[in-house]
Amino acid sequence: MLAVDGLTVEYWTLKGRIRAVDDVSFVLGKSETLGMVGESGSGKSTLGLSLIGLVPFPGKIVKGNVTLGGKEVLKLKEDELRNLRGTGVCYVFQDPMTSLNPVKKIGDHFVEMIRTHQPTVTKKEALERAEKLLKDVGIQPERISNYPHQLSGGMRQRVMIALAIALNPSIVVADEPTTALDVIVQAKILDLLNALRDSYGMALILITHDLSIVLERSNKILVLYAGQVVEYANSRSLYENPQHPYTKGLLKSIPNIELSDQKLDAIAGSPPDLLDLPRGCRFWPRCYAAFDRCRNEEPMIVKTDEGHFVRCFLYTEGGSKS
Amino acid sequence: MSSPGEDILQVDHLQKYFPVEKSFLEKLLTKNKHFVRAVDDVSFTVRRGEIFTLAGESGCGKTTTGKLVLRLASSTAGKIIFDGVDVTALEGEDLRILRRKMQMIFQDPYASFNPRMKIGDAVGHPLVIHGLAQGAEKRESVLKILERVGLSPGDKFAELFPHQMSGGQRQRAAMARSLILQPEFIVADEPVSMIDVSLRTAIIDLMVDLQRDFGLTYLFITHDLAIAKYISDRIAIMYLGRIVELGNKDAIFSSPVHPYTKALLAAIPVPNPERQRKPTELIGDVPSAVNIPSGCRFHTRCRYCTKTCGEHQPDLVEVAPNHLVACDLA
Repeated sequence: MLAVDGLTVEYWTLKGRIRAVDDVSFVLGKSETLGMVGESGSGKSTLGLSLIGLVPFPGKIVKGNVTLGGKEVLKLKEDELRNLRGTGVCYVFQDPMTSLNPVKKIGDHFVEMIRTHQPTVTKKEALERAEKLLKDVGIQPERISNYPHQLSGGMRQRVMIALAIALNPSIVVADEPTTALDVIVQAKILDLLNALRDSYGMALILITHDLSIVLERSNKILVLYAGQVVEYANSRSLYENPQHPYTKGLLKSIPNIELSDQKLDAIAGSPPDLLDLPRGCRFWPRCYAAFDRCRNEEPMIVKTDEGHFVRCFLYTEGGSKS
Repeated sequence: MSSPGEDILQVDHLQKYFPVEKSFLEKLLTKNKHFVRAVDDVSFTVRRGEIFTLAGESGCGKTTTGKLVLRLASSTAGKIIFDGVDVTALEGEDLRILRRKMQMIFQDPYASFNPRMKIGDAVGHPLVIHGLAQGAEKRESVLKILERVGLSPGDKFAELFPHQMSGGQRQRAAMARSLILQPEFIVADEPVSMIDVSLRTAIIDLMVDLQRDFGLTYLFITHDLAIAKYISDRIAIMYLGRIVELGNKDAIFSSPVHPYTKALLAAIPVPNPERQRKPTELIGDVPSAVNIPSGCRFHTRCRYCTKTCGEHQPDLVEVAPNHLVACDLA
């Protein structure tokens, strides 16, 4: 359904060109959930935004293709893109307070959204649809006459999700949808996204820094580090057989409440500055397995198993297996 | 790390009510005042050398409790006894001396440093305020403590401004600043929640290391129960200003009793694709702290709620040795 090939996004700043997303490829099928996991600065949000041509200034998509339902997204004109944003790919932002207009009632958000894309729909019909959508996400329909500040954080996030699915998009991108929320609300929102994915037959892209969430909720996982995909696999394969030293490190550093007396291991160092990347592999200064080749050459992403890709010389011919 | 058992901190029926501002018209028309009951009758003790965690969702009063303990806010009622001395009403010079013994690490390492002060000056500032060291002597202690928290070489980091450091490095500097007075007791309020995942474990491990080396006691405040489980000796779960369950880490995680604790534990994401997750059983959202439900505060969201739950407020009672629960059904 969605295919991304060699996508590269750069920010042209005064200090120099920053390659925030570097040569990212993946495919996403119907009713699948793809988890994109990475730390701040790993390029995960830029990647999500570039799928619908929304890279913020001074960002530029310099290379690559995004194909959605047979159409090349990056070649579309602005008005075609706008249409796509409602019906093709919809975005749920991290902070529901700043994404809703504080002086507009909840219902009016729906009316604007629906009528922008379908001008023939009357206001009354749009409000009726809004009531049904709110019910789908577990909010009383009477809330359409409330203002955003009258709702709790979890309810606002539900409204954002209802808005995102209003026009039946084929893909919903949820960018840190639960970071600002408490753990119980987080579980409910993620349950809701899963349920909607199944009942509407959408695909879901879940962007988060929390590896626990993506392991639990997605079919496939894309691990990003300093703008590059370092590992791409289905969740089970990633969990049972992690390959990239960064993925291994992350898995060893997250606490799991189901294990007793767990010993966590930290990853040494900190993520690199994108303006001052290390030579060779971007992870080598923090890697326990780095050898000479890592410091001089950049590794390519290679297939190591069915549907399992990794960017590391340990798995490339001529590299040393340790 | 079984502690010698001596209590370093005793908190007794602590309360903090914040008055709610009323509009002019409401002031004319109504007499009764409204309060946010942020902390409402909280009692616990912290033993010397342990890591005691207050855990709960936002708005449960965990941070306010931490601030009250450090006397960064004054309590409405209740008693705080630190090291055998009642510190609830200390003021002036006495309070300042007390603060040498208790320090805080804040959540946001971006906001807790003065952006115009070099790290070395910021870390050494407590020594100046308390008149303990100056000049070369101060610099020497600063460099030593910076190296100890992993900011090495210390003389390089001392010359940096906060914006020149990463979040993890800044949080290390915050730890150096709170340790330089050689305190006995540290309140750490969500010290890793704003730090990148790959750096969190290193900060947590450093906290545990320092605890051993300096003989520290921590009051650790967090919403993240997975981290709480990793680091704590004992845990208190708070809901709407009260403790609902308190016990040893193992008791809380392996045999939780309160329905709220169970729901919290069930909601934590587990990094395992094999696991089948059960949908959460809680009804609705957390009620407002101004209009707290009568009886048990949790009864409006509880699946096991009976008629009497809305009438009688349960006390914390022992259900097993050192395991306290506030639920009439327990």
